[in-house]
Amino acid sequence: MNWRFAVTLSLGTLELDVALEGDIRPVALMGPNGAGKTTLLRVLAGARRPNAGRIEVNGRLLFDSETLVERPPEERRVGFVPQGFGLFPHLRVVDNVAFGRLDLPRADRRRLARERLEEMDCGDLADRRPSMLSGGETQRVALARALLAEPDMLLLDEPLSALDVVARRTLRRYLADHLRQHARPALVVTHDVRDVLALDARVYVIEGGRVAQSGTAAELAAHPATPFIAELFDAPTI
Amino acid sequence: MLALLTLPVAALVLGASPADIEAGLEHPLFFPALWLTAQTSIISLALVVLFGTPLAWWLAVTDGRGRRFVELLVDLPIVLPPAVVGIALLQAFGRQGLLGSTLDALGLQISFSTAAVVLAQVLVSAPFYIQSAASAFRRVEGDLLLVARTLGQSRIGSILRVGLPLALPGLMAGAALAWARALGEFGATLLFAGNLPGTTQTLPLAIYTALESDVRAALAIALVLAGVSVCLLFGLRILPQLWGPQGGRHNRPADGGSP
Repeated sequence: MNWRFAVTLSLGTLELDVALEGDIRPVALMGPNGAGKTTLLRVLAGARRPNAGRIEVNGRLLFDSETLVERPPEERRVGFVPQGFGLFPHLRVVDNVAFGRLDLPRADRRRLARERLEEMDCGDLADRRPSMLSGGETQRVALARALLAEPDMLLLDEPLSALDVVARRTLRRYLADHLRQHARPALVVTHDVRDVLALDARVYVIEGGRVAQSGTAAELAAHPATPFIAELFDAPTI
Repeated sequence: MLALLTLPVAALVLGASPADIEAGLEHPLFFPALWLTAQTSIISLALVVLFGTPLAWWLAVTDGRGRRFVELLVDLPIVLPPAVVGIALLQAFGRQGLLGSTLDALGLQISFSTAAVVLAQVLVSAPFYIQSAASAFRRVEGDLLLVARTLGQSRIGSILRVGLPLALPGLMAGAALAWARALGEFGATLLFAGNLPGTTQTLPLAIYTALESDVRAALAIALVLAGVSVCLLFGLRILPQLWGPQGGRHNRPADGGSP
């Protein structure tokens, strides 16, 4: 279970040129607004074609500009959870979670979805509409849906930022536990160092479309390469 | 202004006695025209939805000069006077028209047939559906479609399972608007299809014909059309509200990072 990619992409004023790699240990993607974090996730998910580069996840080549490989999103086996979690508002929770297994008969995929929801402590949400869920519940359901499709890798765009302080603390733990339990590599966009510590994640900071620094939280805190990184890792001590 | 807007309709409703309406409904012009209008407007609506929906999707997801140009073409029938549309249709599909000889060779004669009625209705009503559908599709969040695809759906699958259901209220509103427009089509039909009872005489044309002989029949037909239109209007305003809570926008923090 490992992944690596190196891509370049120019998009309006954004000039993205980054290389990242990771294994089963979660990786946190940090950086100022507009640094290209969300764009990068969309590139990995296959919504946007990089100008050049190579993307490899779990030994499978998803994109390679040299050998002209480009798999469509549905063949990439990456679980994408966008900001706001992206539940389908017209489907009940159970059908949202079952969505990744439309290859199975309806009764089977619903049973799987209910089992997964039970296991992730939200079985009682199965028959609700997404609009009736709290932020924390929405996050759990979105995670359950992404995991049920058995992806090789998870892409989570600010999974904790829309939550209040209490829900955030609970869900940080929850996210860390389930990532570990299901043993999926994850790339998690976050602005909060506490998320990094709870996930025990390696960190990549991108600024202005480049990787400004990478390493463990301790390394970055000890030797911050830029003022932004210094600011970032200073915050929790206040 | 409000008085001016409502006065004619009020006069239409208040000026008719039940006896008038009954006489009108039994008028020989009425039933064939009603039947023809129902048939042609439903066929044209089906054609508009069938071919308009893919075009609306394309307009919603495409950017740039090409899209703007196509949008202009789609809007053209809205700004053209119906009489001009009628003449233009004759120039294209009429006997002496651009495609006239080709159609003749195939044994098809479109002008002054029921097909001409449908064609005129499609032309004048399609823009309303396409505009409404495109703006409904545009409101569907791109990330939701991407999520559907990462969960295993093809491009078409993600549109059918996520894009269409979320845009449905807008599609229904557009379809109702287009249908209302097709029901009332008069000018282009008169010029391109003529006014032949049973073949091309729809309700609006029947009003026109009846007015020359029997005002009561014209009144009754007008009331029926007005009734259908008002029902459509109510459907247009109320249905989206019923769908609203689940078809609405999803919560999304302002920080998108990038597009």
